[in-house]
This record gives sequence, structure tokens and C-alpha cells, in this order.
Amino acid sequence: MKQAGAVLSVKNITKRFGGLVAVSNMSFDVAEHEMVGIIGPNGSGKTTMINMISGVFAPTDGRISLRGRLISDAAPQIIAREGVGRTFQLVRLLPGLSVLENVMAGAVYGHKRRWGREAEDFAHSVLERVGMDAMSHAPVSSLTYIDQKRVELARTLAGEPKVLLLDEWLAGLNPTELETGIELIHNLRNEGRTIVMVEHVMDAIRSLCDRCVVMSSGAKIADGTTDDVLSDQDVIRAYLGDDDA
Amino acid sequence: MNPATVQELIWAGVLVALAAFWPMMSNGYWLGIGVDVMMYTALATSWMLFSGPTHYISLASAAFFGVGGFVVGSGMSDYDASFWSMLALSAVIGGVLAALIGLATLRLSGVYFVIFTLGLAEMIRNLVSWVQNNFLGSRGLYVLTEFTDAHLYWMLLVTAGCVYLLGWIISRSRLGFALRIIGGDETVARHVGINTAMAKVILFTTTGVFGAIVGAIIAPRWSYIEPNQVFSPQLSFFVVIMALLGGSGRLWGPVVGVIPFLLIWNWVDSNFPNQSILVLGVAFLVIVYFLPHGFVGRIEQLRARARGR
Repeated sequence: MKQAGAVLSVKNITKRFGGLVAVSNMSFDVAEHEMVGIIGPNGSGKTTMINMISGVFAPTDGRISLRGRLISDAAPQIIAREGVGRTFQLVRLLPGLSVLENVMAGAVYGHKRRWGREAEDFAHSVLERVGMDAMSHAPVSSLTYIDQKRVELARTLAGEPKVLLLDEWLAGLNPTELETGIELIHNLRNEGRTIVMVEHVMDAIRSLCDRCVVMSSGAKIADGTTDDVLSDQDVIRAYLGDDDA
Repeated sequence: MNPATVQELIWAGVLVALAAFWPMMSNGYWLGIGVDVMMYTALATSWMLFSGPTHYISLASAAFFGVGGFVVGSGMSDYDASFWSMLALSAVIGGVLAALIGLATLRLSGVYFVIFTLGLAEMIRNLVSWVQNNFLGSRGLYVLTEFTDAHLYWMLLVTAGCVYLLGWIISRSRLGFALRIIGGDETVARHVGINTAMAKVILFTTTGVFGAIVGAIIAPRWSYIEPNQVFSPQLSFFVVIMALLGGSGRLWGPVVGVIPFLLIWNWVDSNFPNQSILVLGVAFLVIVYFLPHGFVGRIEQLRARARGR
């Protein structure tokens, strides 16, 4: 599917770790303001795909471009400055820094390069956005899990990414937290952000994603609107096995 | 390491001004201790600029210090160069060496970085000894100047002041904030857009420059130097212990570690010369068991408790 005005474009991406093919010949585009889910069974290569987009490692083959600019061979800090922001599957906060400083970290080195008062004010506004401004001077060790995830999200938003990558952002939350989390992402979607999310929580996929790309064993097996994809025979087979398809 | 405040800078300025009077109030033994204190304050503070925020423990201090001493010694006794030109040259060589070590060790972290820097310092010591023995004829070098201990003390005080000022500026800058983020989580640092390699190399280079400058200034004190003396690995351990004893949370941490350590060390060394190395071991244990964040950490803990009351 080739779209005009694709913000993020992944073309024929393959990643081999020695003899293991983690991702094989993946292609998909993400249009502006679109919210795309990458789903698939465990070990199907979703996080590897996110890691290649954000530059943790380079693909063995293929091209990834952001607004027409090739980013697949760049270092993570270059990709971050180009406008790709991400969260991590296991939340990563900076332990020695306050909540506010954690969020400032996202604002200072992005493509806007804010500093001093300006960075602080901006971090406060992003924290308010995720409902965490009251905690801005708390040490991160005192936060609950959902709050840590919100701070990490705020740090990523503070870099004003053109594409936001959420790697299982909703994983590990209890039912109440999950509701808060889904609502938060829903709001981001309503702001018109371009988001790619890897997720296992199907309720969230159904209510949040316009489109889904389904991966199985490193390859793309479906790509389309969420409803179509979730009723696709191949997708059901990949998740549940042949007997239930 | 937290950003330093303006108040801290004023205090540091007052302390430097007061410390400048030390040579007028002391001589002999106590002036000698003053020189040691200034030397280790400059070394430990510059070590902290890099290792404090990033938590990369470098044992390469002796390499830079030795290069400084050796360049001054070699330049003055073999080439009749002036002390000042050799001081400038040693700063350049120390900086280049540190940048090269920094580039070579970028992919190392934790204990691998520690061992690599120690091994590298030893390699440089042996290399210099080998060159000295085989090509330069003599085992040692003479450094004869008109400088008295008071002069050396003032030069080291200025150096320590410059290290502090530079550290103060860095800790309030984007670069200083980047180093704290790197110390927290290097992966996050890269993903928020920090060129981690560049930040680490810049800071490690300043450590190398100041290490070499201090080595160059100290050289005249010994009159006669040989590689095994100026490249002594004991110096690298001293720097680390004093910085950690003081605490790596604040820029002024090393000073409060250097003074008590050197007083105890000198007392034990003059009264029980065979047991002096014991002080090193005990200091390690004290840091690990009682002062994990150094004196600074303890002081701030007490302050927080007083405020809470």
C-alpha cells in the first residue's frame, strides 16, 4: 500500500540475527494523523520492528524513511532529532532525576532544543497533559507503575515527535489503570498525532487503531482496517492455530 | 550530579581566596600537605566531572598525570625547553591521549571500562619506561626550576579553581544535563537525541587535560623523575577513593574527601610506614559500608532530616 503523504514508510525491511530471521520483507506506510497498530503473536518480530524504526539496530536489508528522508542507517539520536519518539516495553525512567527533569530530558535535545526556563515550562505543560504535573518534583522511585508509564510518555511527547512509537504501553496495567491509559492514548489520537503502537490488549486495538498491520513469524500476514484484519482467517489462524480458524 | 548553584560558586570563590593565604601561614610539613591537598583536589574534581554523573569509574588518572610529568621532565632536561611551554604541551598531549582513550572505550561499560583504563595506564607506563631505557639513555629526568613549594601550591590552587569553575559551568549546561541522563540510562539518552559518544569524549578529554596539567606542575617538586614514579597506579586509586569518600553527588564533594584522607594517610605513613597501605583498604570498607554516597551524601541526609523536623 503506497500512500501519498506517508509520514513513515517501511520498505522491504529484513532483520537477521545470525541465522535467525526476526523480520522478513516487511513493508507498510503510516499516513499523517493515522494510528496504526502492529499486532501479532509473541515472538513475531513486532518489537524488533519498533527497534529498527527507532534506530536501536539497523535493518539487514530494506529502507525506512521519515517524510521521505532515509533514517534506516542512522543512529538513534539522529532519528530522535528527526522526529521519531518512543516508549519502551519495560518502562525506562532516569532514577536519579526528578519527574520534571525526566520530562525535560525529552524537551532539551529534540529538534526544538529548548533550554532553561523554556524547557521547564514546556515540561510542566506536557506533564499536565498526561495528568502528572502535581508530582513534578517527586523522585521517580515513589511513582506507581501507571504513573511511571505516564512520565515516560510525557518525556517522549516533550520531544514533539512527528511519529510516536508505543511499545506495549498498556501492558502490565490493572483494569482501572488500563481504562485511564486507553483514555490518555485516545486523547493523543484526537489531537491528530501520528502513532504506531505495538499492543496485545485487543480492546485497546479495537477502540484506538484505524488500521492494523499483523505480523507472524517476522512477516506481514495482514494489513487493513482494524475490523477487517481482526476477522481475517489468516490472522485468527496465527493467533489461535488451525483448529479454531 | 546535581546542577551547581550560584551560592556554591560564591562559597568556592571565598574558599579559594582563603586557601591562597596558606603558604604564608605554614611551611615545611604543613605546606607540603597543602600541596598534596591542592594536587588531589584538582585531580579528584576533574575526575568527577566525567565519572560523577556518568558513573564510569576511570583508573587512568596516573596515565594523564604521568604524561604531564614526563613531558615536562623530558622537555626540560633533553631539549632545554622552558617549563611553561612544556606545561602547555602536556595539556595538549593529555587531552589528545584522553580523547583517543575515550574513543577506544566508548563501547565498554561497567567493570570492563574500569579494567581497560587501568590496563591502559599500565601499558603507557611500561611503554614510556621502555622508550626511556632503550632510546633515551637515562632512566630518569631532571626537572630543575626556581619554584618553591609555595609557588607550586598557588599554581595548583589556580588549576583546582579552574577545574571547579569549568565543572560549575558544565553542570548548568545542556552538556551537564546530558551526562546525568547518560548516567541514568544510556539507551534513553540516545533516544531523546543525545550524542552520547560526543558528550563522553568531551568530558573525558577535560579530565585528561587537567590530569596532565597537574602532573606537569608537580614535576619540579621531585627534581628527578622516572616513569615508575609518575605513572604509579596508586595515584589512580587515590583519586578514585578520595572522590568517592567525598561523594559524587556534588561538585564540591572531592574536597571534603581529599582533606581527611590525606591527613590520616600522612599521619599513618609517618608513624607506621609499613601499614600505610592499610588506610587504603579501610577507606574502601568505610565507603562501601558507611558512606555509599560519601560525606556529601551524609551531609545532605542530615540536612534533610533537620529540615523535616
